[in-house]
Amino acid sequence: MSAPLEVTGLGRSFGHTWALRHCSLRIEPGSITALVGPNGAGKSTLLQLAVGLLTPTEGTATIFGQPPATSAAALAQVGYLAQDHPLYRGLTVGDLLRMGRGMNPTWDHDFALGHLAELGIPLSRKAGGLSGGQQAQVALTLTLAKRPALLILDEPVASLDPLARRDFMATVLADAADRGTTVVLSSHVISELERVSDHLVVLGSGQVQVDGAIDDLLDRHRILVGPGYASPPTGLRHVLSEHTTERQTTLIVELDGPVQDPRWTTHPLSLEDLVLAYLRDPDAGTRTFATQATGSLS
Amino acid sequence: MITFRLDPASGVPTYLQLVHQVKHALRVGQLQVGDQLPLVREVVASLAINPNTVLKAYRQLESAGLTVGRPGVGTFVRVDVPDQTVMATPALRRRLSAWVDAARKEGLDDQDLSALFASALHDSVAEGVA
Repeated sequence: MSAPLEVTGLGRSFGHTWALRHCSLRIEPGSITALVGPNGAGKSTLLQLAVGLLTPTEGTATIFGQPPATSAAALAQVGYLAQDHPLYRGLTVGDLLRMGRGMNPTWDHDFALGHLAELGIPLSRKAGGLSGGQQAQVALTLTLAKRPALLILDEPVASLDPLARRDFMATVLADAADRGTTVVLSSHVISELERVSDHLVVLGSGQVQVDGAIDDLLDRHRILVGPGYASPPTGLRHVLSEHTTERQTTLIVELDGPVQDPRWTTHPLSLEDLVLAYLRDPDAGTRTFATQATGSLS
Repeated sequence: MITFRLDPASGVPTYLQLVHQVKHALRVGQLQVGDQLPLVREVVASLAINPNTVLKAYRQLESAGLTVGRPGVGTFVRVDVPDQTVMATPALRRRLSAWVDAARKEGLDDQDLSALFASALHDSVAEGVA
């Protein structure tokens, strides 16, 4: 079966600047992938290339094996929600639903009505008069009523308060539980990622730094604490960060096997700390994750 | 029926928190043979967590022989867990008491003891022994 989303050597330049380059990824069916990276790392560019809103300067992007820009069949399987949850503010919620129904060959009107009723959002209200959280839920309902097999969300919760954020993600995740929807979402809210996603992609300066299943990534990375000014022990693939004083050295590392040296103690690393370590060190690349065998190291 | 809750600060992976809560509910009799666990969708929607996390927890409970999944119906408790509460294992309890006494003689206070115990627990979870 073709991957819901696959990009190979993907690049896009604007003028003389590459917003994204040498990007290769494969999103597995049924996975929920978090796409993180600093502002300007190319997250939105990647997602817009994926759904055919931008055309690649080099490389390819395919959705279920088809190029998105030219395949209506592929696009019909994708739900894409842009950063600002765009809605026609002057239209009522009911009008927006009728519009969605008219424009999409696959449209589950009962789902849309039922979900909005569950949320207590009246159909007669104009979109512009709803709260930010309600607008986001209406935009998400329109996207989900299309019954997409692949859901792409660009910074979906950035503008929402914590409660609205929780409700929004609960809707996305319940849909994934019901229908096995593949989800790709970009986010700045790193602390919530571990709960929500099972795969992680870190983009830094237009390139993929990390790509893998979160359980594997957490299994491979550790905090090591050892004596002051000690050189790192053997059994490491990569030292991500090093903080040393006279008395103690603290490393964030990617393991290559168990650390045998008794002078070092190992501690698990939270996903948030792992992401931050990579974001702090844009040159640290571990593109090898996706292709490696995923044996447990613990 | 039990209700799951999550402690984001515990450092214990989410799926293990779910596994532990089911095991705990079995031990204290809150769950009994034939009882149904919450549907995956219900857990996902109430906690806003990844469905694959819930599935992983339920798979682990099933492979441990504690529950059985009936496709399209749900997940059910299969066995009564023998009472493994602290009171029912006097040997373990005696050893723990001895350990506490020894630690006090070393000059550790209550907080030190909790920290030491939590750290040992955390390490064993991290190494997948739990």
